[in-house]
Amino acid sequence: MDPFESIKQTFFQECDELLTDAEQGLLAMELGEADDETINAVFRAVHSVKGGAGAFGLEDLIRFAHVFETVMDEIRSGKMELTDEVAKTLLRAFDVLADHVAAARDGGKVEEGRSQGAYSELRGLIGGEDEEDDAMGGGDEDFGFVPLTLSIEGDEAPGGFIDLDAQNAEAGVELPVADAAPEEALSSWTIEFSPKSEMYAKANEAGLVLRELARLGETRVTLIDEALPPLDQLAAEQAYVSWRIQLFTDSDEASIREVFEFVEDDCNLTITCDGADPAAAAPAAADDGLSEDDRAAAASASADLDITALLARVGGGDAAPAEPEALPEIVAEAPVEPAAPAEDVAALIARAQSVEAPPAPPALKAAAPAPAPAAPPATAPAAAAANAAPAAAASVTIRVDLDRVDRLINAVGELVIQQAMLSQRVLESGLARSSNVALGLEDLELLTREIQDSVMAIRAQPVKSVFQRMPRLAREVADMTGKRVKLVMEGEGTEVDKTVIERLADPITHMLRNAIDHGLEDPEGRAAAGKPAEGLVRLRALHRGGRIVIELQDDGRGINRPRVRGIAVAKGLITEDQVLSDEEIDNLIFLPGFSTAEVISDISGRGVGMDVVRRSIQGLGGRISISSEPGKGSKFTMSLPLTLAVLDGMVVTAAEQTLVAPLSAIVESLTPRTEDVHYIGGKDAVIRIRDIFVPLIDVGVALGFRETAIDPASGVAVLVESEGGGKAALLVEAIQGQRQVVIKSLEANYQQIDGVAAATILGDGRVALILDVDALVTTQRRKPAARPSEKRMAS
Amino acid sequence: MTTPLTTSTSPSRELIAFRIADQEFCVDIMQVREIRGWTTATPLPRTPAYMKGVINLRGAVLPIVDLGARLGLTTAEPSARHVIMVVNQGHRTLGLLVEAVSDIINVTEDMVQPTPDVACDQVKTFVKGLFAIDGRMVSLISLDRVLPEIEAEAA
Repeated sequence: MDPFESIKQTFFQECDELLTDAEQGLLAMELGEADDETINAVFRAVHSVKGGAGAFGLEDLIRFAHVFETVMDEIRSGKMELTDEVAKTLLRAFDVLADHVAAARDGGKVEEGRSQGAYSELRGLIGGEDEEDDAMGGGDEDFGFVPLTLSIEGDEAPGGFIDLDAQNAEAGVELPVADAAPEEALSSWTIEFSPKSEMYAKANEAGLVLRELARLGETRVTLIDEALPPLDQLAAEQAYVSWRIQLFTDSDEASIREVFEFVEDDCNLTITCDGADPAAAAPAAADDGLSEDDRAAAASASADLDITALLARVGGGDAAPAEPEALPEIVAEAPVEPAAPAEDVAALIARAQSVEAPPAPPALKAAAPAPAPAAPPATAPAAAAANAAPAAAASVTIRVDLDRVDRLINAVGELVIQQAMLSQRVLESGLARSSNVALGLEDLELLTREIQDSVMAIRAQPVKSVFQRMPRLAREVADMTGKRVKLVMEGEGTEVDKTVIERLADPITHMLRNAIDHGLEDPEGRAAAGKPAEGLVRLRALHRGGRIVIELQDDGRGINRPRVRGIAVAKGLITEDQVLSDEEIDNLIFLPGFSTAEVISDISGRGVGMDVVRRSIQGLGGRISISSEPGKGSKFTMSLPLTLAVLDGMVVTAAEQTLVAPLSAIVESLTPRTEDVHYIGGKDAVIRIRDIFVPLIDVGVALGFRETAIDPASGVAVLVESEGGGKAALLVEAIQGQRQVVIKSLEANYQQIDGVAAATILGDGRVALILDVDALVTTQRRKPAARPSEKRMAS
Repeated sequence: MTTPLTTSTSPSRELIAFRIADQEFCVDIMQVREIRGWTTATPLPRTPAYMKGVINLRGAVLPIVDLGARLGLTTAEPSARHVIMVVNQGHRTLGLLVEAVSDIINVTEDMVQPTPDVACDQVKTFVKGLFAIDGRMVSLISLDRVLPEIEAEAA
């Protein structure tokens, strides 16, 4: 692939993550639960998106992200109050931002009105901040952006650009604050700040510290580069430069130390008070390694300008502080040969500086953009070096192609089968259980199990990745339907195998849409029903008995049973005189071709019915059930396996076939006594287990392997509990034992079969079918009502 | 397996010929992945009689179709002498149970004769055309037509 394309792809991947972070932060803000860190995180996320967009010239995205970022900056600097209204506006704007990202990725265009509307809303929030606003956004956008480009370009090697960029932007935005600090009653401090390499390894930024200092008051910053080796001896992870900072502030030492709080242990720091005379500070700037021009700048310009210059340099070079080394001579020659080739990093930076220094007196606005045109080529390699240190510290995770993990999982699956096969052979060979071979095999089994668990854990992911898309969906659907919705999510940390997660999104999306569109009443309706205007939808994930259960509950009107029934009759799904329980009526909505929407709405009418949802869940080896209470709401419950790869099973024999029943469904097994078995009507058997009668299902008959049931007393009854809560006893001839089996899809080469969840390969190399306990139980329980739904289209 | 019978220079294709109930059929060699001996299949519940069940093909679950039964000729009681032709059809892999594989034949397109009208519907559904080779008649089986039934059921 084109390297540029692949970098772009990485950017969009990062965008996904960043947007996720941002959305969560924004949701927290909406709930009033956001602390400073959350707000900062949102700012950083938006900022990073903008930064990356800048690198790829995605103008629309930049424009929008910029105004968004500006608002966030106002909020985090405390200039704007985070009201409910602001939070809501931001959330709406976030959706548009996400659209912009999607449009940039897929080459589409965001709907003009929508984008413009959100843009104006955001602009409206920052309406008062004219000067800054003009400089940073709107028509003068480019102007405001130029300094940013510097670090963005640096990001050709992805990773660190974000913070560098942020800090530059910060420098521009924040400095006026320092400027505005009161000039009287200041004391002068000299701060010697020499970071150690550990500080960079922990991804701390000297530039950020300097910026914080600048907030305390006027600063004069001197770069000490004596320790700096020649460029070719520069080690990327070493720290060579230190700073001497003169600070004029009314703050005390404690507040100054506070600035260094996070880096204190990783730097040499001395803070001395020089007394209260600001003038005394002036000479300090003289004996440093800076150029004439810089000195001139330092002397004549206000301190904030100096910092800007320094930060601009620091931004590119805090871990590659090559630039000052060559400064003195280069500065002299740079004007002579402005088109100097880019070989020498230092030279270019020097040029940047020489350009930047002369306009010093005018003001920040003029100075800030200046370095940009010259700096980008210089910072590119520098940033690459700079990235090395933080990256090393941050890489606690790796991105792996899913294919590779899948290969590993398949291999482990084969290992499990092979191990089972060995065990079986050894058992057949009649070796004693205490023999060395048998004991070794036992160890192997434990080890295999452990490997398998570990491998599965690689693919396990929190359902968060699916859940996080839902708030946006809820907002959209609510907007479209004119309803008010509060979406509460729980258990986002619940982990499921990646293969399952991927396929959860569609069913959840559809059910959420349904819940809002069909389930919830409009605000007036809710008011009439005595409910709060805002509807509540609760999305929950939890582990239950080796499966993941996803619940979606709304507090809407519930299922209108008479209507559902009427429709089912009208569509010929049930007959007029059929007697159905409430539960059975509710379940009618899962029948193919069933739709309660009188008018197919925009939202639900996307060609997907609940039958499709059910089928996709069944395809995953899952179940969906519904419970509803008129006037109070409905609850959909999906139950899915945690993984599509392995399951613990009980190997049984029925009708001479070896079958596997999922252990998670089994409650107990027992030998039926003849007196406990009763018959209802013709041949529907029930068995009494501790005074409770449950259906007794002969598995051989249920699967059509034989016509008549065996004598219950000659077999074993396995009591199972289905997802829907129904119990049944499965009658089999014998139980062979418990085993972990690797699930093999039947659908890959054939098709789904009622009563069979999947297949597996046993130790003897033969295929065994895995029972679909729920299907066996429910088919039995709901024979009349279930018939129509069980019908396959082609049969 | 024998060497190709014809050495025609015109564009030709290779077919694998096999026998069911004393009749010869063939499929395109490109669709055949491997040929293996019969192993006991695990029956699938509630499937048509021609579905012999599934076997383990190096970790994959492979459905076995009794082609004779599918064509309405015989219902094989599989023995060690039967073979399974593992064929690709679309994205699926399937096993065809046949009596024996007899030949690899090299034919050109112009040798194909349309299926005569006399054939019953079932055969016409699966037989794409006929070849006359050395006085024998070989029917070209269309896997696309033998197997769509399964596709449709799965939909």
